[in-house]
Amino acid sequence: MSPSSPSRLRRTAPPAALAGLSLVLGACASDQGDGASGAYEAPDADLSASITYGVWDQNQVPAIQENIAAFNELYPDIEVTVNVTPFSEYWTKLQTQASSDTLPDVFWMNGPNVGLYASNDKIEPITGAVEAGDIDPADYPESLVDLYTIDEVSYGVPKDFDTIGIWANAGLFEEAGVALPEGDWTWDEFQETAAELSEALADQGAYGAAGGMDGQTTYYNTVFQAGGTVVDGDVSGYATPESEAGIQFWTDLIASGGSPSISQLTDTTADQWFTSGKLAMYWGGSWFRSALVDSAFADDIRVLPLPVGEEQATVIHGVANAVSASSGEKQAAQALQAFLAGEEAQRQQGDAGAIIPAFDGTQDAFAASMPAAGLETFLDAVEYAQPLPVSLNSAAWNAAETELLPQAFSGERPVADVAEDLATRMDAALAEE
Amino acid sequence: MTTVSDRPAPPGAPSRGGPVPAASGAPRRPRRRTSPDGLWPWLFVGPLVAGIGVFYLWPIVQTAWYSLTETGPFGGSAFAGLANYVEMFQDPELYVSLGNTLLYTAIVLIGIPIAVGLASLLNLPGLRLAAFYRVLFFLPYVAMPTAIAMVWRVIFNGDFGLVNHALALFGVDGPYWISTPGAATVAVAIVGLWSSLGFSMIVLAAGLKNIPPELYEAAELDGASRWRQFRSVTVPLLTPSVFFVTIVTVIAGFQLFDLLYAILGSSNPVLTRSMSLVYFFYREGFVNNDRGYAAAIAMFVFLVIGIATAIQFRLQKRWVQSD
Repeated sequence: MSPSSPSRLRRTAPPAALAGLSLVLGACASDQGDGASGAYEAPDADLSASITYGVWDQNQVPAIQENIAAFNELYPDIEVTVNVTPFSEYWTKLQTQASSDTLPDVFWMNGPNVGLYASNDKIEPITGAVEAGDIDPADYPESLVDLYTIDEVSYGVPKDFDTIGIWANAGLFEEAGVALPEGDWTWDEFQETAAELSEALADQGAYGAAGGMDGQTTYYNTVFQAGGTVVDGDVSGYATPESEAGIQFWTDLIASGGSPSISQLTDTTADQWFTSGKLAMYWGGSWFRSALVDSAFADDIRVLPLPVGEEQATVIHGVANAVSASSGEKQAAQALQAFLAGEEAQRQQGDAGAIIPAFDGTQDAFAASMPAAGLETFLDAVEYAQPLPVSLNSAAWNAAETELLPQAFSGERPVADVAEDLATRMDAALAEE
Repeated sequence: MTTVSDRPAPPGAPSRGGPVPAASGAPRRPRRRTSPDGLWPWLFVGPLVAGIGVFYLWPIVQTAWYSLTETGPFGGSAFAGLANYVEMFQDPELYVSLGNTLLYTAIVLIGIPIAVGLASLLNLPGLRLAAFYRVLFFLPYVAMPTAIAMVWRVIFNGDFGLVNHALALFGVDGPYWISTPGAATVAVAIVGLWSSLGFSMIVLAAGLKNIPPELYEAAELDGASRWRQFRSVTVPLLTPSVFFVTIVTVIAGFQLFDLLYAILGSSNPVLTRSMSLVYFFYREGFVNNDRGYAAAIAMFVFLVIGIATAIQFRLQKRWVQSD
């Protein structure tokens, strides 16, 4: 049961995006060799059309409605209908729609899926809007722009981003008599704190921290911190000493009693442990704010930076707005896409507080939405963030991770064995792409 | 409607059995349908037949075709012959999921004798609030599988669940049901059994109503006890209903998906060791985007259900009492 967070991702995306091409979109816009049409012209104000906008997060709908109201001041005759599909069904539905060319005119896209849709010509490139100056890629974090750029063609405008931090329950720290860590800390310090907390809180069934069941929020971060990789070009990066150290981190945490066991975490997920006040430290994304802001212990929430291993690292990912290549109202859809990418719409998103908007300089409102917590940590993390590891068919090896890694975390099998097994299966999956 | 004599009768016009289709020179065969109904019956069953054709038969043909192809995530396929089947039969996950499906079906079948007992208890003369009990037992069947699954997830929770709490009262240390491979299948099967009881009971209760009361009166005159009546009158005369319920339960068992998906969750580490055939199909088709391979699995499920049903029809002669 994964939390249906705005940025939870599974499945496919392009290796090229990871390679970190630092190409600015404008530079490649003139090079239209790759079958990317990207024709674009901002419509007249009296264009009359009816379009749909497909999203997966109900929490963000109020902010989206504000965006649409502002959009309708410019284009009063373009009617936008928002379709919300829960994340767990979103991709299955989108795939069915794409197969029959009935995609929403504008829809949310994520990193693991963009490669699949872009390489099958389901998404309209944003090349035209960039050339016309209505979208400027320089306004968004580079790693996100890269994530949606495939073979030098860009297919989406970043809408928001998220990084990973540690959500801490200061109340539990106090009860346990453990001091809240300040500033950067090491792996060892984190492990000791977790074990200490678990021991002090044992009589109320609470734990210091929770082990890793999910790549984006847990083990990808420690693999990066140890200097390892998940996807290295077109092979798996798991069977290296560095990546194994990143996995070992979680095995050690569970073995020390600093975390509930893998079985316990399957029955009751880490975020549930935390929101029910039974977990002192939860590795989670910035999107988790929505789940906490109204909780009974909202005032006790603090955000700590992830511990530093061989290096400092966190995973970054963000959602983008994409236009359907088969849209019947493409001009209106592109106008909405360009508007949503603009500073005004992004500021409205940030003020609503549900997400961190991608547009540079509109992020302060997010940090201010829970002043005592120190949400700046998520913004500061952009500096040392690494993009979420994806490939053209991420889903195939994500399934292997979910199946095999818990065997290492629980101590059932040695980490090195599991890592090798996983790398073999992952290489086979990557070779089929 | 004046010059119709040389045209085929319009749909719905009563055929007079006259020389309308006689234009061909072929020797006339005796007409199958000599009734004067003509096209009328077809007009009435037509929508249903069309529905079955479009929503049942055509998809079967399509799936059979896709199972012979390499189909991409957005359609577009290349003929692959039997490659998908060869790959499938070499895939150990097929046998794991087949085993789990069989285990699940076997456990759910235990529900039938329970349902027979409960249905006859509910049928006892003079039972008060019988309608209330019937509704109570039927509720799980009409409730949404996802809602049921969420409740049972809590009940099966290893740390805070009702089941382990109850077991602890007897000094038994319950497992983490949902995250232990064998236990997970059993846990899902218990929920499946529980939620199918209502349906079986309704069918069996209808069967009970069909047993002539005179038989019980006669048995009573002969001095048969309640238990003896149950064994010698109720059970034999109920076998046609039991047969029907068994067929339906086995088919539903082989199609297990929603309960498993909702109870175990999609990121459960023991999922690959606990999945059913249909879950295997779902994962290949909708998670791994391998549509052709998934179609081959679907054909396999179709075949397995067909065989299981054929065997049951064979065996029915031995135990089903028909009059």
